[in-house]
Order: sequence, then C-alpha cells, then structure tokens
Amino acid sequence: MWKLIVDIFPYAVIFTIPLLITALGALFSERSGVVNIGLEGLMIVGAFTGALVIFQLQHLWTKHPIVLWIGLLAAALLGAIFSLLHAFASINLSANQIISGTAINMIAGAITVFLARNITGSGNIRIVSGFQPFDVPILSGIPIIGDLFFKKTYATTWLILVVLLVCVFVLYKTRFGLRLRACGENPQAAEAAGINVYKMRYMGVIISGAFAGLGGAIMMVTFAGEFTGSVAGLGFLALASLIFGQWRPLGVLGATLFFGFASTVANVSQVNPALQVIPPIFLKVFPYVVTLIALVLFSKSSQAPKAAGEPFDSAKR
Amino acid sequence: MRNTIISLLAVLFGLLAGALLMTVTGHNPFEGYRYLFEGGLKNVERFGNTLATATPLIFTGLSVAFAFRTGLFNIGAAGQMLFGGFCATAVGLTLDLSKPLMLICTILAGFIGGALWAFIPGWLKAKFNVHEVVSTIMMNWIAYWTIYYTVPAYFKGQYLETESRLLPEAASLRVPFLTEAFGGSYINLGLFLAVIAVIVVAFIINKTTLGYELKAVGFNRHAAEYAGIGVNRGIIVSMLIAGGLAGLGGVAEFTGNASNIQIGKLPTQGFDGIAVALLGSNAPLGVLLAAIFFGLLYSGRGFMNAMTDIPPEIADSIIAIIIYFAATSILIERLVRKLLRKRANKREQNVEKGRER
Repeated sequence: MWKLIVDIFPYAVIFTIPLLITALGALFSERSGVVNIGLEGLMIVGAFTGALVIFQLQHLWTKHPIVLWIGLLAAALLGAIFSLLHAFASINLSANQIISGTAINMIAGAITVFLARNITGSGNIRIVSGFQPFDVPILSGIPIIGDLFFKKTYATTWLILVVLLVCVFVLYKTRFGLRLRACGENPQAAEAAGINVYKMRYMGVIISGAFAGLGGAIMMVTFAGEFTGSVAGLGFLALASLIFGQWRPLGVLGATLFFGFASTVANVSQVNPALQVIPPIFLKVFPYVVTLIALVLFSKSSQAPKAAGEPFDSAKR
Repeated sequence: MRNTIISLLAVLFGLLAGALLMTVTGHNPFEGYRYLFEGGLKNVERFGNTLATATPLIFTGLSVAFAFRTGLFNIGAAGQMLFGGFCATAVGLTLDLSKPLMLICTILAGFIGGALWAFIPGWLKAKFNVHEVVSTIMMNWIAYWTIYYTVPAYFKGQYLETESRLLPEAASLRVPFLTEAFGGSYINLGLFLAVIAVIVVAFIINKTTLGYELKAVGFNRHAAEYAGIGVNRGIIVSMLIAGGLAGLGGVAEFTGNASNIQIGKLPTQGFDGIAVALLGSNAPLGVLLAAIFFGLLYSGRGFMNAMTDIPPEIADSIIAIIIYFAATSILIERLVRKLLRKRANKREQNVEKGRER
C-alpha cells in the first residue's frame, strides 16, 4: 500500500498542479463577483500559445529551458488578454456570465485549432521536449517525506506552490484582497466605500485568465507534450475544485489534490495489480460522483461569494 | 421582433468575423463562403445532409431552450444525448423486432435515458439547491465514462474496440424513400421527429398550464411559489423534458445520422445546443431555424475544406463568435439605438435648418 502511494504521488502532483493554478485563478474571479465557466477555453488558449511559442523557439534554441519559461509567460499573457472578452461581456454589458463563459469555451476551442492548422498544417502542435522531472538535492534523501515530495518533481510545481502562498497572502492580508472580496460579497457597499467595483472585477477576471492560461501551458510542458485543441474537461474540473474547496485557497489545494489522486489512481489501475480488482469504470466515475455528493453536503453551508454571477448595478441597493 | 433583429445581427457579425479570420490567415473569404454555402446547398443530397446535420441540433437546442424557460441552465445536453443515444443503441442491438415496433422502442429508450440523466441534476436542484451547471457537467463526464466502458464490454464492434456493432436495419432511422428522394443523403426519420418535437414543445410552452407554470418559475421563483405553483416539481419536470429531448437528439445522431455509437467523445451537438437555443432566443421556431443554419455551416465546411485550404474549424469559429455576440446583445442594442438617435438628430437638424431658411 505504501509503495503504491509513493509510486502514484509524483504523478498525482503532476496532474494536480495545472488544476490548482486554474482553480486559484477562478478563485480571484469568483471572489470579485464574476463566475468564470470559460476556464476550459482559457486553458486551451494557454496550451495553444505555450505550444506555439515553444514549437517556434525550439527550432532556434534547441533544448534550452528558457524557451519553456518564455512559453509559459506567453501563455499567461494570452490567457489574460483572452479573458478580457469575458470581462467586457459580464462586467460592462451585464451579459449572462454562464453564457458568456460558454462562448469563451467555444471560441477558444475553435479558433486555436483553426490557427494551428493554418500555421503547422495539423490541428496538433507537438513540442520537442518539455520540462524534465528532477530529484531535489539533499531534501529527497529524507525518509518518507523525501520520497513523497522531493522526488521526480517539476520546476513548475515549485513555482505554483509559491504562487499559492502569494495568493493566500494577497487575498487575506492586503488591501487589494479585502477590496476584491468585498466586490464579490456586496458590491454596492464596496462602491459606497469608494471602491471601483468595475476595476476590481476586471482584475479578478484577468488574474483568472492568466492563471488558467498558465495552467493549460503547464499541462502541455509536463504530462501532455502537445496541443490537441482540448484539455479534456480539466477546466470544468478546476471549477468543481473551486466549489469543492469552498472558495478558499487551501480548500482548493485539498480539492485539486483529491482530483489529482483520484484521476491518477484510475489511470494506473490497469497496470497495478492491487487496483485491478476494482472495475475501472468505478475509478473513473468516482471523482465526479464524489463532487455531486460534496455539492449536496455543502449545499446548506455554501461559502459562495454572495454576489457571484450577478451583474453589478450601482443603482440597486 | 427585437430578438429576431438581434439574432440576425449576431449572425451578420459572426460571418464578418469569419471573413476577417480568413483574410488574416491569407485566404479569400468570398471564395471560402461560396464553397461553404455550396457545400451545404448545391444539390438535393447536400441539402439532405444539411437537414440531417441540423436534426440533433434541433433536439439539443430545444432541450436547452426548454430548461432555460424555467430558469435552468442545462449545460448537460451532451451527456443526456450520449446516454439517450446509448440506451437506444443498446435496445436496437438487443431486441429483435419489426421495424415500426423497433423504432418505437429505440425512440422511447432514448427519451427515457436522456430524461433519467437530467432527472438527477433536476432532483438535486429541487431538493438540495445544487447548482445545475456544475451537476450537469459532472453528469456529462459520468455518461462519458459509463459509455466508454460499457460499449466495449457488451456491444463491441466487429473491427474496432472504440465503437459498437452496427445497428440492424430495423433499428435505423434511415428509410429508403428518404435516402432516394435526397439522392443518397443520410437524412432520416429523425428530422420528422424533430419537427414534431418543435410543435409539441411550442404547444407545451404557449398553450398549456404546465408551460405557464414552468415559465412563471423561470421569471420569478419566489412569486411563483407565492402563487401556489410547485416550484420544485416544476424544476424536476422541466429537467425531465429537457433531458428527454436531448436523449432524442442522441437517437437521431447515433441511430439515424450514424449507424453505431463511438466511445471516447462527448457529442459536440450538446454544447452547440446552447448556441442554437441562444440564437433562436429560446423559442421553438427560432431553435429550428438556428439549427438549420448551423447544420448548413457544419455540412458545408467539408466541401469548403476540400476545395480550398481553409481549415474546417472556421465553421465552429463563426458559430462561437455568433454566440458571443448573441450573449452580448446589449452591445448590439446600444449600437442600434445610437444609430437611430444619430439619424433622429440629423433629421431634427435638417428641420431646424429648413426653418432658419
């Protein structure tokens, strides 16, 4: 059993990280009062941008890790820019945020493949090489902890964990975080206190776009290796993690780890004798069923931002 | 009227954006659109295929539109369609009946399967106030994996692991007289079923007490409750009907347009149903027209791709952009209002000028 956990853990973490960063971004968006169901599309934009930039630069600079970092940066940037479509629709035009998010998903899925075909002739963009896993020196020698946390790790994993800490600090310890949260709870009161609700909501959505873009690109440079026009429902799973994690950073961490583990167990069950006794269908369906159950359990005590999903109307008090 | 103008303008903007995309990527948009529309309309066979492509979209569009009237956002039409289509396929591959009897069984199975898949989110919403957007997304993936493992285990195809056996002729919605009338097209009885569904849904929404109650719940849940309407019952009934419609879409797709079910993908028509409903402003007739328009884009893109080197995803891009414009209809309204005001101002100025003279 212990060996199984040690075997699975690095893979579970690899799967968790893109989910975590995307859900963290969505946390900012929803805390500012904008529901972002377009995460899937924003991740696709990130995966596409990352793949394209890395694909082009790898021809010039083969095997240089800086290429991968430039790709990640470009993905975050494009994700942020693309999310402006959602921000403009839901903040300035009071559009139905769920419809606008769905439109984002559709536009991203279609246009990225359209462009990929124009540029590379195929709908897929394969990068030459992604990040390589490494064992952290010294720390990986520690018994138990070393095996779990410091072996076969990716540079991006450490980056995202730092981002998580920064997010906790920003949300709960800074003026910006307090104002952002106020806009999601009671925007009218926030405005009365002199906060520019529109600006804060724009910030929330843009952070969400940048993080989701980064998430899509990280997925591509760690376990996927190519852009295929889809992120296989990871964006929706990130949204579920946000709700499961009750709109709190550490809750989101726990929820994404849970999904990371559940998915990895399902994926390795075929090759692992200990897991072969369970029919694979149960393992695959498990995370989604648990989410439904969690939604039922939390339905009485939901910590959802009160104004999330509602267009801001300064005259409505 | 107002909705029609917004939809038409959204289509216009979508087509313009598509032309822009083609131009930016170095293609000739006039040529692109010519082949796109020729591909969907050129002869009776192509026209038949356009209608056949539109058929599942009519069902999923009706499904989303119907739920929306009750204030529910059914994002799970894909899963309901998949599960309904799977149930119909299972019935078609298991039973041995004469064609008329068989079709009744597969259609019923599809409706019930889809309704069951939507019942769970409806029940969770009514009973525990679980948001239907998240629960229907979860149900989509549960359907995906259920079919992923059930089809190879029980209905494996002759050559491929990834699809079911071919349906017997008795279970197919295709009939010789339609295929021949449309020059070998894969148009099938699903289209007639879809038109009947449009009429029935229009009747339910506009003429029955049930439709009135469901709409009342959609407009203002609390007011409806105060008026003695069973809100929770309404939510469940609305989801049941919406799911059943999506399930019929699955029947039309997997036993009509195709002749078996494939694993490993969520049918895109489920998500396009949102687009169809939105463009058709949630009215049954609007849904019908929007679905046919999307069917035209989808069936024409293959021909365009064969005649030019424009990637077929241009059709999906145009649809997605149309939806963005439909979702931001306020932008269009403001634009129209501004234009009207400008014209009114000009007229006023002209009148004043006339007076000065």
